[in-house]
Amino acid sequence: MADTTMAYAHIDPHQVRGIDEFGTHAGPASRRIVTGYGFWIFILSDIIMFSAFFATYAVLLGQTAGGPSGRDLFDLRNVAIETAFLLASSFTCGMASIAADMRNKTWFQVAMAVTCLFGLAFLTIEAREFASLVARGAGPTRSAFLSAFFSLVGLHGLHVSAGILWLLTMMAQVLAKGFRADIQRRILCFALFWHALDIIWIAVFTVVYLIGSAQ
Amino acid sequence: MTHGHDDAFDRTDLAPGDEHVEGGRLRLRVLGYVTGLGLAILLTATSFFVAGTNLVWEPSIPVALVVLAIAQMGVHLVFFLHITTGPDNTNNVLALAFGVLIVLLLMSGSLWIMANLNHNMMPMDQIMQMQR
Repeated sequence: MADTTMAYAHIDPHQVRGIDEFGTHAGPASRRIVTGYGFWIFILSDIIMFSAFFATYAVLLGQTAGGPSGRDLFDLRNVAIETAFLLASSFTCGMASIAADMRNKTWFQVAMAVTCLFGLAFLTIEAREFASLVARGAGPTRSAFLSAFFSLVGLHGLHVSAGILWLLTMMAQVLAKGFRADIQRRILCFALFWHALDIIWIAVFTVVYLIGSAQ
Repeated sequence: MTHGHDDAFDRTDLAPGDEHVEGGRLRLRVLGYVTGLGLAILLTATSFFVAGTNLVWEPSIPVALVVLAIAQMGVHLVFFLHITTGPDNTNNVLALAFGVLIVLLLMSGSLWIMANLNHNMMPMDQIMQMQR
């Protein structure tokens, strides 16, 4: 009995699963892995919150209370430009995280600045769209459909705004403190957040604008 | 990618969005992002084209749009967030699977229940009559 227990105690579960080619497993995971995993859990919970807003929008899509519907309101050319800006910013954000791993300060700051500009362009177009809707009498108080529209798209806009503040903080921190291990972890989390916002935007332009404008 | 344990980032040290490089891997990593960007642009352009075209049978358009969106989310997860099926990524994939399950339950459950309620609700003029 004791012999079999001892025999199992020698088997490292990670080696059994075949990753021993990368070297033997040495204790708990590094802080970088744990931080990334924890932030990934946060992003997933954020996505679940968004899914509640999406469900609300989908349920209320037809409840226009005699007011304008998506077909009357949405300008798909505007949405395409917004999408292009956000996609490009996701790409430059990826370039920034490569630069951070290479510890290249200049390229990191350039890529982050471009990401910031693309993000601001996205927010400007969205703000102008909201302003023009309110000016046309299609504000969030007009119908249940428009309330759901403004909360869902506005929530995404708030996330992008928070992301831009975080982006500027990271630029300042790299400038002041360099690529310390804790700064690198924050850059990793920021990149995850920014890419996740782009994933949510895919759902927004598909469900809200493209499907919504067919109503 | 070396086996050096003095390196702060071991090969097993991979989190979502994280992929450590040394000089030689730089091109490969940039190429990964370029591939992702190209695929994403292709899928987005297709989505906008399908939404505005008369060439496609109309009732199929929403289904096509949802499929294209899911495909593009997959592209973003693989090329930008680096969610892979590797043994170092099991935890991330499992968390993602659980998140997707909750999202599906929430969305389909809401739509199903609300459509059912809507279907069973008495027409508004009859409610008015009863209140009189």
